[in-house]
Amino acid sequence: MLAIDGIDVYYGDMPALRDVSLRVEEGELVALVGPNGAGKTTTLRAISGLLRPTAGSIQFQGRPLAKERAHHIVELGISQVLEGGRVFTGLTTLENLELGAFAAEARRVKDESLRWVFSIFPRLEERQAQRAGTLSGGERQMLAIGRAMMSKPKLLLLDEPSFGLAPLLVAQILQMISEINRRGVAVLLVEQNVRAALELTNRAYVIENGRIVGEGSGEALLSFESIRSAYLA
Amino acid sequence: MLQALAQNLVFGILVGGLYGLAAVGLSLVFGVTKFLNVAHGELLMFGGYAAFWIFTLWGIDPFLSLPMVAVLLVLLGLVLYKLLFARMVKLTEDNKIKNTMLVGFGLSLILQNVALRLWTADDRGITTAYSGAAFTLFGVRFPVVKVASLAVALICLLALHLFLRKTYTGKALRATVQDWEAATVMGIDIQRVYRLAFVIGAALAGVAGALVAVSLSISPTMGLEWTLIALVVMVLGGLGSIVGTFVGGLVLGVTQSLTAALVPSGGTWREVVALLLFLLVLVLRPQGLFGTKEG
Repeated sequence: MLAIDGIDVYYGDMPALRDVSLRVEEGELVALVGPNGAGKTTTLRAISGLLRPTAGSIQFQGRPLAKERAHHIVELGISQVLEGGRVFTGLTTLENLELGAFAAEARRVKDESLRWVFSIFPRLEERQAQRAGTLSGGERQMLAIGRAMMSKPKLLLLDEPSFGLAPLLVAQILQMISEINRRGVAVLLVEQNVRAALELTNRAYVIENGRIVGEGSGEALLSFESIRSAYLA
Repeated sequence: MLQALAQNLVFGILVGGLYGLAAVGLSLVFGVTKFLNVAHGELLMFGGYAAFWIFTLWGIDPFLSLPMVAVLLVLLGLVLYKLLFARMVKLTEDNKIKNTMLVGFGLSLILQNVALRLWTADDRGITTAYSGAAFTLFGVRFPVVKVASLAVALICLLALHLFLRKTYTGKALRATVQDWEAATVMGIDIQRVYRLAFVIGAALAGVAGALVAVSLSISPTMGLEWTLIALVVMVLGGLGSIVGTFVGGLVLGVTQSLTAALVPSGGTWREVVALLLFLLVLVLRPQGLFGTKEG
């Protein structure tokens, strides 16, 4: 479904990604793990069109994304939750969700998507009239994910959805992500909570210094010695 | 004495409404795009001349021609946006402000001189059959034209408010003000949002200019003064608040007109008063009188 082949991404003269390739298949939940600054966020931003690779290709359902503008990539079925959630704090919960369904096609089925999101995040329904700025950290993250789901994506890109949350909430959020995946949405998850991520996913990639250095099933990576010592010690 | 004071208060409010309308366009454009278009006053001037010529050549009442003026300014805004401003969308916020100020300054000189060539340096005003009409309430005079101008300003602001609150596009504008990147990953085309905000700003400037032509007067060099007024009011009201901007306009109008009434030869101090108010707000309440973080 998503095929990244040998992409390079630069920030000015600084290489951020070198020859990165990865795949996400229909319905999969794939994790991308690695230390800070390894290029996890950069990879997601290259997929969603916020950054442009200088080499290599990104294809989504057989369609090259190189020339698509970011807002159009959303219409093609890829939705990204940015690091920190970045909800519109001055708008209400409902307004945030409505904006998630901005594209014409998503807007047509907005009410149905809204019910779908509320079924996964009932808390958002209770908070719908409240300004997003008044929500708790966990609720904001739910809103960010719910908002991303309003565009009816086939692939959801999640950038550290559990960052800064209490452990109990982390488990809850990851549970909800896995529920979204069970309902048929492919997920590419960037997560610093490596153990939790690996337990959740079908497959995972390990990225270091802008290069993919390992790939395997979540279980295999969990038992992988260098991963254990680097992230799980 | 009390009578004179009340009269000045009313005049201040009436002119303050125009200030608010002049500022709200600038504020909207700045809030959404971070373009500081210092040629905003010249857009206002073109709106004034558009209304003036439509009235002079075809005899169409300036209040009836407002939609035409708005459309003309939308077109002018589109051309200016495509030619000059569209290329600055990708800059960082700092550079956007700096570059658009420079471009806007050059643009204001060009527009000023175009107006000078086309329409001479004469002061012009639209004089209709009802221009002198006024009604009196509690001994205070209300000139009909100025009251109608205030009403139009209020209607425009209300319409803008509803547009931003109730429509999908309006919400996309507010979202872009807060976080353009998050807006982009919602599938919002921020290039379009920027363009839209810019032309709405131009249309509001045009309507304000037309009202100035009816209730005050216009000339090719009026732009700078109105840009300054709009800037002062924008800061006074606080970014992102339409109501705040409008009230900021009223505050400036009333302050100016009370100074004129209470201070000997205070009328000559208008600009000074405005800038003093500006500095005072910057020092004491930099977020503006009604400033919030919201868009």
